[in-house]
Amino acid sequence: MEKDNKLSMVVFSGDMDKVMAAFIIATGAAASGMEVTMFFTFWGLKAIQKDSSLTGKGLFGRMLGLMNRGGIETIGPSRFNFGGVGRWMMKTMMKQKNVASLRELRDMAIELGVKLMPCQMSMDVLEIDADKMLPAATAPVGVAAFIEEAAHSKITLFI
Amino acid sequence: MSDVIKPDVVLDLKGLLCPMPVVKLQLAAKKLQPGQIIEGVATDPGVMADIPAWARTSGNELLSIEQQGKEYHFVVKKTA
Repeated sequence: MEKDNKLSMVVFSGDMDKVMAAFIIATGAAASGMEVTMFFTFWGLKAIQKDSSLTGKGLFGRMLGLMNRGGIETIGPSRFNFGGVGRWMMKTMMKQKNVASLRELRDMAIELGVKLMPCQMSMDVLEIDADKMLPAATAPVGVAAFIEEAAHSKITLFI
Repeated sequence: MSDVIKPDVVLDLKGLLCPMPVVKLQLAAKKLQPGQIIEGVATDPGVMADIPAWARTSGNELLSIEQQGKEYHFVVKKTA
């Protein structure tokens, strides 16, 4: 199969630091002229969810939605979060050093034409409706849609 | 260098860290026609590796990059 100048990435993690790495790689690749697709699944979905959107239908889904509410600003680092103190500390340090915030990185990715694909199956499991996703995201897709993208990509990553 | 080649765009990337210098560079390059020149200055030492790599991957031409004190000055020709 002919490979295009393309990067496809699975964003499984919903941790601030890992999502940040994902968006840095995505924007860097897009800035270098590559076509970029990010497939968001499970905890990663939160990175492309609208701000302060409550989700869930049944009891478990609503509980999960409540604990997992809010958009990209509310995700914490994979280590030393300490109930949000770690997130605040990291954000403060990033700001002091003038590193782009997660939101800015995501805006840049959208501006550069990075394709943001939400995973339908994990949205079903976590009870998240398609209207809770950013308008910039594509319609929810399945694994075959990602595989089609990945099969044509020079670079594939799982974060 | 800048007195030999007149830039079409001048970019101030001072204070920006990875990945913003190359992101801003690409956004500026997108608005130009092939053959036009971008001159820029950054303060992140990472650009010494990143801007040449960006040029190679994106297919643009790096005319020069040099350190001047705490600043990194570069000139790029849009060829992609």
